[in-house]
Amino acid sequence: MKLEIIVVAIILVFTGLFLYVASNTDAEFGGADGEAEGVIEELTGGTYEPIRDPLWEPPSGEIESLLFGLQIALGALIIGYFFGYYRSRDQSS
Amino acid sequence: MHVMEGFLPGPWWQIWFALSIPVVAYGIYRLDRLIKENRGILPLLAVAGAFIFVLSALKLPSVTGSCSHPTGTGLAAILFGPAITAVLGTIVLLYQALFLAHGGLTTLGANVFSMGIVGPVVAYVIYKVGMRMNLNFYAIVFLAATLGDWATYVVTSLELALAFPADPGGIVTSFKAFATIFALTQIPLAIIEGAITALIFKYIIQVKGDVLAGCGVLSNARLSKIRGTAA
Repeated sequence: MKLEIIVVAIILVFTGLFLYVASNTDAEFGGADGEAEGVIEELTGGTYEPIRDPLWEPPSGEIESLLFGLQIALGALIIGYFFGYYRSRDQSS
Repeated sequence: MHVMEGFLPGPWWQIWFALSIPVVAYGIYRLDRLIKENRGILPLLAVAGAFIFVLSALKLPSVTGSCSHPTGTGLAAILFGPAITAVLGTIVLLYQALFLAHGGLTTLGANVFSMGIVGPVVAYVIYKVGMRMNLNFYAIVFLAATLGDWATYVVTSLELALAFPADPGGIVTSFKAFATIFALTQIPLAIIEGAITALIFKYIIQVKGDVLAGCGVLSNARLSKIRGTAA
């Protein structure tokens, strides 16, 4: 149980820091890649044009979070399936 | 957060492809051999790949007031080595480039290099050195995953700095600017990734420790020692 407690403590510390930053600054919590885009614009004086656009872009933020959610669900499903499989096999033998 | 589509002008995107392709090709060869030798390893491979899938989709807020995501590559790097991890990372990066407009096809080489190669190499080296020094197993996994994650974003900053040197100040100045965004934001997320990786390792040892001995991650003696110590 020791490891679990340490992990939960670490997550709680960062959750606390997040809540503090969120309520005490006007941070927007945008993506770091978006901010990097801003720096590139500054460095090049706004002259840089991306050499290519994405083939397809999610039509809205909602669709994007749907696809990110699907990615997580798929991964979590696989992890849970194999953990459950081994656990029950160990117990029945 | 990966380098965005179209944001690496030539010759940079070609250079990163040239560096990444041989590693991924070698990874495919290693993967093929591993599966042929030991089919029992497949579920563990699936779990390692799925772990990257989950963690690299979790956009987390950081103390810098912006969001980024962990990489999840530390687990696979420790279990299967950096080359096979590069293959798994490429699959995830392709999914995100094609369906999420996150990362991109022209920048795929650069993103594979940072997330699929350098991060896992750092994690793997730290793991190997830590094991030789006989440190606490979970502390090693934590360190390996944390620093592997962080190294990924240092490299991302470097890739952008090389392509966009500041005038005046050059590469160093623009590296500082990009690192302030990526590497700094990543510190808390890297620590969380390290903690979660250590935890999932504990559960893998509980349910499937014998496979770890089989694929050479842990010796049997070491395995029983870890199982003996309550974590």
